Amino acid sequence: MSLVQASNLTKTYRVGDIDVPAIKGIDFAIEASSFVAFVGPSGSGKSTLLNMVGCLDHPSSGTLKVLDTDIATLDRRAAARFRGEHIGFVFQDFNLIPVLTVFENVEYPLRMVQEWPAAKRREQVLRMLDAVGMSDQADKRPDQISGGQKQRVAVARALVSQPKLVLADEPTANLDHDTAYRILELMKKMRDEFGTTFIFSTHDPKIMGEAEVTFTLEDGRLMTNSNGGRHV
Amino acid sequence: MFDILGIASRNLLRYRRRTTLTLLLIVIGMVAVLLFIAVAGSFRAMMVGQITDSVLGHLQVHRKGYVASIDNLPLNLNMKPQMVAKVEDALQANPAVETWSPRVKFGGMFSNFAETTSIRVNGIDPAREAATTPLLPGRMIEGDKSGALVGRGQIVIPLLLARGMKTKVGDTVVVVATNRDGSVNGKTFVVRGILESVTGPGGRDGYVHIDDARELLRMNEAEVSEIAVRLKDFSRLDRTTGQIRAVLEGVTSKEGKPVLETHSWADLSPFANLARMIDLMTLFIKVVLVSIVLVSVMNVMIMAVFERIREIGTIAAIGTPPSRILSLFLAEGLMLGLVGTVAGTLLSLVAIFGINLWSPTFNFGQQQNLVMAPTIAGGDVLTIAALVVIVAIVASLQPAWKASRMDPITALRHV
Repeated sequence: MSLVQASNLTKTYRVGDIDVPAIKGIDFAIEASSFVAFVGPSGSGKSTLLNMVGCLDHPSSGTLKVLDTDIATLDRRAAARFRGEHIGFVFQDFNLIPVLTVFENVEYPLRMVQEWPAAKRREQVLRMLDAVGMSDQADKRPDQISGGQKQRVAVARALVSQPKLVLADEPTANLDHDTAYRILELMKKMRDEFGTTFIFSTHDPKIMGEAEVTFTLEDGRLMTNSNGGRHV
Repeated sequence: MFDILGIASRNLLRYRRRTTLTLLLIVIGMVAVLLFIAVAGSFRAMMVGQITDSVLGHLQVHRKGYVASIDNLPLNLNMKPQMVAKVEDALQANPAVETWSPRVKFGGMFSNFAETTSIRVNGIDPAREAATTPLLPGRMIEGDKSGALVGRGQIVIPLLLARGMKTKVGDTVVVVATNRDGSVNGKTFVVRGILESVTGPGGRDGYVHIDDARELLRMNEAEVSEIAVRLKDFSRLDRTTGQIRAVLEGVTSKEGKPVLETHSWADLSPFANLARMIDLMTLFIKVVLVSIVLVSVMNVMIMAVFERIREIGTIAAIGTPPSRILSLFLAEGLMLGLVGTVAGTLLSLVAIFGINLWSPTFNFGQQQNLVMAPTIAGGDVLTIAALVVIVAIVASLQPAWKASRMDPITALRHV
């Protein structure tokens, strides 16, 4: 059973009186513990696709199953619960909460979403901070650390609740080249360590090759699938 | 909950200047309201106390129709001894009644043998009157304050009359009155004392002994114009007035109509309207406070939501339930309300304490050098505090609701 399975998936936005198709009937499947990239130019539908996989948006037609759940059946509250339990997010702009320390940012999903007991929560947060190499920055606020460090914290936050799937929309767009590579390396390492499936989007050709499976999107259509450079 | 309050307080501290300004508004509003309630309430209580404890008593019982004609002090509407007995039975039976004083009221001519003027006189039982209106002896500004207010053959006259007639304590004067049959009678009195005038009905009346009044008016039986009543607990006035009224409505004429009427001080004194106006102003200033808190907290919370749209999108995306997002913003409103309330209450209490230490004086009508001694009931403080906190939460509801309903994708795209 695939972790994510899309069948004839479409998404159409209505802008005024005009229907604008963003995803035009695509099929794909993503296996557990894979490291997947959706690539393509701006406006190709990467973010729309990731939003649907992340249960932030509903498909217009077709089916999209994540962890065997048809996301079209989830209402707002159920979708929030599903995301909290099964999906981690890494954002392009890091999106750390500025009033919380690094430790508290990573702790947030366990405290405000899943309500883990304090001792277990602390142990898990320290473990994740250690895994992303941010243990020594735990008491700092987001405005006291660099962009690369912020993204490490964001990765730790995405992984802290042990989700099956982490979605990262352009996670390296605001980072320099070296830092971008290090973040992708970190994400791979986390995948290896925790078995989490990573799906990220990018339009940067230099980092596309880092993915083990790449889906190329163009104008809302899936043009090529490749596996380690091989077309699948 | 503790987590939410912690995050809320940090978010408030994030915009320090805005939070401080909003808190300042709430604090100023609270101080203004509590000080107004304390000062106006004390003024009200003092004036009501002056009127009830030195002239009217807490409530009065008359024969039906007497109050409507009270300007004429009609002798034909006095209560007969049988009626008086029934009233006294009713008062005796009511445990809220402390004491009462029968009065014979009449209008007459006052002469110092050189000049003559009109006078309104209360014939009283001095001991019972002093028990019913305990501030009355204190109004005597000339004459011996010790002993009974008036004895047989003595009269206590109001200050304005004494000044106008150039009458002093110890002077002999004559009071001439017409009895209910129309015949005129006169009686000499020695001026026992001079009374300070007070605001309201009866505030400029003279006093003689009730037996002298009956003798002057040639009453064959112990008639009474009014019975002034003092209660043990003034706060139970309305309930007790109602109870006494209900009992006395059972005292009827041969035609079956009630022959007695019961009025609280508020029914008899025009100051009751001033007291009502003070209550209305208090209500108005509470409305102003509610508006200040509502507008300022709502403004802060709307700005907070607007400035943190991406943050809301982030926490929504990572699975924070909408109800928790709602709580996060409500908690900010709650914190603003709570901190503003605590600071405002403390500052108000310090200000009230300071005014009491300072003890400023003021004049009201004929009364000079009244000391302003503001006090505020714990219940009033709690009511205002609860009002501010509730309004702060209500003001946060709309922005918090908007935040909790925000679409994560739209919020995350917000620049």
